[in-house]
Amino acid sequence: MTVLDNTEIEEILTKMAEDLRTFLQERNRENIAIVGIHTGGVWIAQRLHQLLGIDEALGELNIAFYRDDFSQIGMHPSVEPSNLPFDVDNRHVVLVDDILYTGRTVRAALNEIFDYGRPASVSLVVLIDRGEQELPFKADVAGTKMSLKAGEHVKLTGPDKLSLVTSIPAK
Amino acid sequence: MTAQKPGIQLNKKGRLKHFLTTEELSRQILTEILDTAENFAGVGERAVKKVPLLRGKTIANLFFEPSTRTRTTFELAAKRLSADVLNINIEASATKKGESLLDTLQTLESMHCDMFVVRHANSGAAHFIASLVAPGIRVINAGDGRHAHPTQAMLDAFTIRRHKGGFNGLKVAIVGDIMHSRVARSEIHAFNTLGVKEVRVIAPKTLIPAYMRALGVKVFHDLKLGLKGVDAVIMLRLQRERMQGPLLPSADEFFKMYGLTEERLKVASPDVMVLHPGPINRGVEIDSEVADGPRSVILEQVSHGIAIRMAVMSLCMGSVE
Repeated sequence: MTVLDNTEIEEILTKMAEDLRTFLQERNRENIAIVGIHTGGVWIAQRLHQLLGIDEALGELNIAFYRDDFSQIGMHPSVEPSNLPFDVDNRHVVLVDDILYTGRTVRAALNEIFDYGRPASVSLVVLIDRGEQELPFKADVAGTKMSLKAGEHVKLTGPDKLSLVTSIPAK
Repeated sequence: MTAQKPGIQLNKKGRLKHFLTTEELSRQILTEILDTAENFAGVGERAVKKVPLLRGKTIANLFFEPSTRTRTTFELAAKRLSADVLNINIEASATKKGESLLDTLQTLESMHCDMFVVRHANSGAAHFIASLVAPGIRVINAGDGRHAHPTQAMLDAFTIRRHKGGFNGLKVAIVGDIMHSRVARSEIHAFNTLGVKEVRVIAPKTLIPAYMRALGVKVFHDLKLGLKGVDAVIMLRLQRERMQGPLLPSADEFFKMYGLTEERLKVASPDVMVLHPGPINRGVEIDSEVADGPRSVILEQVSHGIAIRMAVMSLCMGSVE
């Protein structure tokens, strides 16, 4: 079931870009580096990157090698490799994902970023905040909050027209 | 394509469990190895050249036969995955004191090793070990006799794919001592499965086994004919210890007939790439001008070998039941 269509998501993204700009100004964070988490986070990051008018190339993270469930479920299907086309040292990194759920993906992404260098700061930007974190993370900028029923899943589809769909997997 | 038997290499879900030979594995599995290696290729260029994937795992390199290049790249691959590595030079250790292979394996199992990387002079040794180990332990073949050297074949396939974008329509020639080469055998199976259009082997009659044509390759005894229009040439090392016998007159004679020179490469495709598993014998199978020239990808192969071995280790270790 579609819960947010492309137009609604674009509206949220415009507001997120404004919120992010304010957040960064209040903290005097300039010369930011945007990093999206594959796959949905990269789509959101691309749009914010455009809305904020940043020239420098976008960073992309594939956190498959940093997941905490490797011994339970093994390798995840390969997506594009990680690529941070800038020096992370002393940069203000803006980490972008589509959905903040347990926080485990953020944990993995932070570990990976620190293997590239030592950033000056990392802030977290997400489209959807489910509010069910199992780790001590909170989003600095969240597009919207959404609470789901038990067993319900939410997924961003793209990359051209974004939409947010929910599903209850068949037992 | 006919349905393939799962065999000892795959688990019940059809995922790679042991990596012993490129034979009998599907295109899907081989492609998954290449795609995973692509993700590992950048790790060596980062500030921290490690990912935490195999943190807490212990990998034992069991080398019953000497090797520097293969052993060090396996070791580096394991370390870049954050595994702990034991290098056991079997020749200088327990077997010298009379310990049987089975006892050696059981000793290592008691140390809670999770994976054995095996190099052995006997064909089938890695299969044999995979059939003996406890269920949770993974085995990777790092070369067994004349049988197989699957990670070398995959790193060559990886190098070719990175340059050519894929395998369709390619002609690949393997030149040299095909008879004694486990690399050639693993490459032939891998290239055929991955969809290389034409695999050629080029060598004197004495160095090509009679069953080669049955593997679906074109056999050439003349280098010039064999190299015509090829997109990639893989030169095999001529093993000096084997040049004493009746199979070959001399190293000079071999170079005269089969040594790769710039002149001889002229009949190949204009953007032909030259591979060699190393170590190279300059002036025996390959001229320095070619080995150091723009078409040579020999040094790239070494770093790709680390990525391929990281991919195979993590796929095998990640195949949970």
